[in-house]
Amino acid sequence: MLQIGLAHYLTLAGLLFTLGIFGVFLNRKNVIVILMSIELMLLAVNINFVAFSAFLHDLTGQVFTMFILTVAAAEAAIGLAILVTFFRNKGSIAVEDISAMKG
Amino acid sequence: MIDFNLIPVLPEMFLAMAAMGLLVVGVAHGNSSTNVISWACVSALVIAACLLFGMSWERQVVLNGMFVFDNFAGYMKLLVILGLITALAISGRYLEILRMNRFEYPVLIVLAGIGMMLMISSNNLLSLYMGLELQSLSLYVLAAFNRNSLRAAEAGIKYFILGALSSGMLLFGTSLIYGYTGSIDYGVIGATLSGLTALPFGVIFGLVFILAGLAFKVSAVPFHMWTPDVYQGAPTSVTALFAIVPKVAAIALLMRLLFEPFAAAQGQWVQIVYFLSLASMVVGAFGAIAQTNLKRLFAYSSIGNMGYALIGIVAGTPEGAGAVILYMLIYMVMTAGVFAIIIGMRHDGIRANHISDLSGISATNPVLAYAMAIFMFSMSGIPPLAGFFGKLFIFQAAVAEQYYILATLGILTSVVAAFYYLKIVKVMFFDESVEPFEKDIPFARRVVLFVAVVFLLAFIFRPEAIVGSAQSAAASLFI
Repeated sequence: MLQIGLAHYLTLAGLLFTLGIFGVFLNRKNVIVILMSIELMLLAVNINFVAFSAFLHDLTGQVFTMFILTVAAAEAAIGLAILVTFFRNKGSIAVEDISAMKG
Repeated sequence: MIDFNLIPVLPEMFLAMAAMGLLVVGVAHGNSSTNVISWACVSALVIAACLLFGMSWERQVVLNGMFVFDNFAGYMKLLVILGLITALAISGRYLEILRMNRFEYPVLIVLAGIGMMLMISSNNLLSLYMGLELQSLSLYVLAAFNRNSLRAAEAGIKYFILGALSSGMLLFGTSLIYGYTGSIDYGVIGATLSGLTALPFGVIFGLVFILAGLAFKVSAVPFHMWTPDVYQGAPTSVTALFAIVPKVAAIALLMRLLFEPFAAAQGQWVQIVYFLSLASMVVGAFGAIAQTNLKRLFAYSSIGNMGYALIGIVAGTPEGAGAVILYMLIYMVMTAGVFAIIIGMRHDGIRANHISDLSGISATNPVLAYAMAIFMFSMSGIPPLAGFFGKLFIFQAAVAEQYYILATLGILTSVVAAFYYLKIVKVMFFDESVEPFEKDIPFARRVVLFVAVVFLLAFIFRPEAIVGSAQSAAASLFI
């Protein structure tokens, strides 16, 4: 019988986090996907915190998770609001259209 | 034991109350009340500064170890408040002209300020994160504040995505530090780390992630990609704010984090900060040469300046830390002056922010030209001006700790940087005049210009007072 230990959780969180980072940088299509990737990164961190919290028998990690969830919601709201102003000006939210400034 | 001493948190609490109250006033009266709210925000900041002065600057830890107030925190908070007042003061007329004088603007600046003050006083990775996010979320909105401008919206998106990414990295690092030291309290982390003979791999990994996240916030290379675009795209008043204040807070946060909980890991973080500093100086110097847009140019200039400030952190001594504080103060004054000029650049009501727009203004607006020349000479580090002393103390601290390569490279890159600063002077004084700027400068902007010029010129007469206070503020980090 396989015992699920701390290492498994950390590996899962590490994988999700990497997936999130790659989602931000390799994605060439849509800004919404970038927002989702950022959310994925934050949730990976939450898994880390909860796993450590259970492992250390210490509540701090779970409290931290609550704060991250709240801030992530605020962040998503602001991100979408900025995206709406961009869409009103440009008429598109494709990543390749975010290129008025370069150099 | 419940410790319920809230006195050290008083300035933040007062500002939070004021910001929320003014938000309600704004909602009730609409955008016609923007001017009143702006000045109310300035007075709230002044009152917060007075509260800071009235408190004892002895080290006090309150809110169950979440919040620390000491000489260092007090000094840096004063700098932040000064910067916020400046940013608010120079933006009034500009917002009216661009028709974006909405009441949220000053309130958002105050909210960002509360975030920065919490960052400076954080004594716990959770309060660090909350302060950082309060600051960042307010600044994201400010970057995209001009809703009718494509560039501002683009700047907002870029700043938001990279900022959120950096918060994610910071958090990942935080979670690892929590897991491997069992606490998020600075004191406990510091004690745990200094008790270990060899640092666990997880701690080093976490430290790297935290540093990467914070390097984004101070725009150190290789995490600087957002800076030029955001500086160029955001409304000039917001660019001025970005250039003046958040970096002071982020550097202060970085100093407390590295010198208090991670003091035992100095061997590890020195290598990282060394690289960040070196790369920032080089990119800041060479990246700016090709720029024609002033705001973009000063973005690269700020990247380079952060490189110099990081040298003082690499030195890791109280003298180095004092030099960093002094450098940030002088940099803040110079930038405030420069942006007070850039923000007023208009030809017949059309905004201008290219270097060529400054051509020959020595003939048409001599006062502005001479003020700008003083700022440029100071930024490039020409001796009698304050900018020279900022660099001098940094390099002294580095040489004292035998970081010869870093100091030499710093001097070389500041020679390169002098090229583009002096190019601006050359354009202003020796090129053909295009057309004059609009002459009338609002009163608040005059005051900022005057104070900045006097500070830079007069620094040489009484350096001991300012240097001494910066050193004693830094010393409180090393107890």
